[in-house]
Amino acid sequence: MSHAEAHDHHHGPEPGFMRWLKTTNHKDLGALYLMFSLAMFIVGGLMSLVIRAELFTPGMQFVDPQFFNSMTTMHALFMIFGGVMPAFTGLSNYLIPIQLGAPDMALPRINNMGFWILPIAFGMLLSTLFMEGGAPAGGWTLYPPLSMQTGDAMPFLVFSIHLMGISSITGAINVIVTILNLRAPGMDLMKMPLFCWTWLITAFLLIAVMPVLAGAVTMLLTDKYFGTTFFAAAGGGDPVMFQHIFWFFGHPEVYIMILPAFGVVSQIIPTFARKTLFGYSSMVYATAAIALASVIVWAHHMFAVGLPVAAELFFMFAAKMISVPTGVKVFNWVATMWRGSMTFETPMLFSLGFVILFTIGGFSGLMLAMTPVDFQYHDSYFVVAHFHYVLVPGAVFSLFAAVYYWLPKWTGTMYNEKLGKLHFWLSTIFINVLFFPQHFLGLAGMPRRIPDYSLQFAEFNFMSSVGAFAFFITQFIFLYNLITTCRGKWEKATDQVWEGAKGVEWEMLPSPLPYHTFEQQPDLSDYEPHPTH
Amino acid sequence: MFAFGYALVPLYDLVCEITGYNGRNSATTTVADVSSFEPDVSRTVKVEFVTSVGTDLPWKFWTTSNSIQLHPGEMTTVQFYATNKATEARIGQAIPGVSPTVASKYFRKTECFCFNEQPFEAGQTREMPVTFLVDPALPDDVDTITLSYTFFKAPDKG
Repeated sequence: MSHAEAHDHHHGPEPGFMRWLKTTNHKDLGALYLMFSLAMFIVGGLMSLVIRAELFTPGMQFVDPQFFNSMTTMHALFMIFGGVMPAFTGLSNYLIPIQLGAPDMALPRINNMGFWILPIAFGMLLSTLFMEGGAPAGGWTLYPPLSMQTGDAMPFLVFSIHLMGISSITGAINVIVTILNLRAPGMDLMKMPLFCWTWLITAFLLIAVMPVLAGAVTMLLTDKYFGTTFFAAAGGGDPVMFQHIFWFFGHPEVYIMILPAFGVVSQIIPTFARKTLFGYSSMVYATAAIALASVIVWAHHMFAVGLPVAAELFFMFAAKMISVPTGVKVFNWVATMWRGSMTFETPMLFSLGFVILFTIGGFSGLMLAMTPVDFQYHDSYFVVAHFHYVLVPGAVFSLFAAVYYWLPKWTGTMYNEKLGKLHFWLSTIFINVLFFPQHFLGLAGMPRRIPDYSLQFAEFNFMSSVGAFAFFITQFIFLYNLITTCRGKWEKATDQVWEGAKGVEWEMLPSPLPYHTFEQQPDLSDYEPHPTH
Repeated sequence: MFAFGYALVPLYDLVCEITGYNGRNSATTTVADVSSFEPDVSRTVKVEFVTSVGTDLPWKFWTTSNSIQLHPGEMTTVQFYATNKATEARIGQAIPGVSPTVASKYFRKTECFCFNEQPFEAGQTREMPVTFLVDPALPDDVDTITLSYTFFKAPDKG
């Protein structure tokens, strides 16, 4: 890639802030997305600390119930739409072009717009905290009629969700066009790294369901301000219909947040097991199967609203069916490690943590998918424990793994391995201290989204809060490691970074990545990323 | 897909109409033709009544009996009462619901205050009859039906 390097000298980025505002470079935008999501993780994390501080002991301590409800609602919105989703979009920007031998994303200006919408959206959403009537407090699911009681924050909430949706869709279109049109010659679809595959499928899901959410919140808006009665019974509407429309978006949304994580882990485990991924094509088909199934299972979030028995049975079996392709993936990861020469660098540790802890979250999901059992678990802390297990040691651990794995490639500097391992072990211990007791709280009957609770729940809530604060503090180790690595404090990374790492970015590009890569696409006809034995 | 989100609205109404899901099919909101039903005295069904008022309407709404026993196919009239406690006239719209869902298709009303909007003068109290029968084809495993009404402020016109 000497050509790219030579070119870099006279086509570097513009200096100053305008570089970031005007950039159409996929690496700049990837970095912006990732930094933005880090900021949102911190904001959302602080909100969760307000929640855990209030729940530290029984009784009302720090905040009034209205504000507590705002915190649960805003924490979810910030973490989902501001943290996890932009983080994966950032990874897609950074990685897809360099993994496929493409010069950039296919639609760079749309890419820029898609990113810069996000700070506006979250600025609007954050401003609701200072409004008459407070921030949205009806839960991130925005169920009417409760969410109709939102004050002046309502239109800001709706428009910020519209903007987030537009941003997600521009990102998704960009991924699809890039993958389908900009692959280097010889990079067949079935030669693509799994991160590209999982993102391609995620992008289709995004385009399919984000507009449905936009429609649902628009109906809320017109119900509140323009006299429509989509969800108001008095005018012939039905609040339960909102739940159907919302979860038609909401269930695929959880796969939007986890499929790219599957892709990340599917690339990291083979590197550190020094074997090719077991069952590459079955991974691709399993991802597609999960995505297809995810749009027909939505009402398993609504078992307790009074569905007809036939619907409860259908959604129970359909939801359970998803565990089959997910199981294929877990077994493939385990089979990849089987008799491999494993080493346990930080990205591998986070990937192993992902496989084990995500699977625990998957099992509690299977319990919740059983209709009769769900009648007890519904809206309890068991649900909170379940989705935090799949999202934090699931999606977020895969993000840590991805950052540790690719950061040396991006920056040219190897992160500090000791700090990375310390970060992993403390995170893993405290995430379990934080969320495991919530299973017991839920089974014992503690409802979610309440600022106070009866005395028998005190011990487990105390443990959970200790875990929350410790987990949050642990993340400063990551922050320190990240900043020092970006500043080049540690050892230089080699071009391949990881011994025997397979993939275009490891085998054909230098570390750090030059500002422009693959202005001339390589011929990958003879390139064999996952040889079959 | 944005349009699809909106298309889910009529689709949902259609599913409700066919299945009676949520007690929302036309049998509970329109005048039924009951000329062809014969009482089935071999069975007794309990019908329970629930009344409630939406938060935006300062009304009192009640019925004299919480439940009655009747034979399927037997025409029955139950009186409901409402008082407008506001100092000005208000218009209410009652929304019916039938539980269990499967029973809604077998619940036939010939007269109901829920068919129309109900205008009340300030302080007015009125008696409102509901005349109905339960279709003898009601499945055997249903022995209790709950009929609920909620009075909401009628949606503004225009």
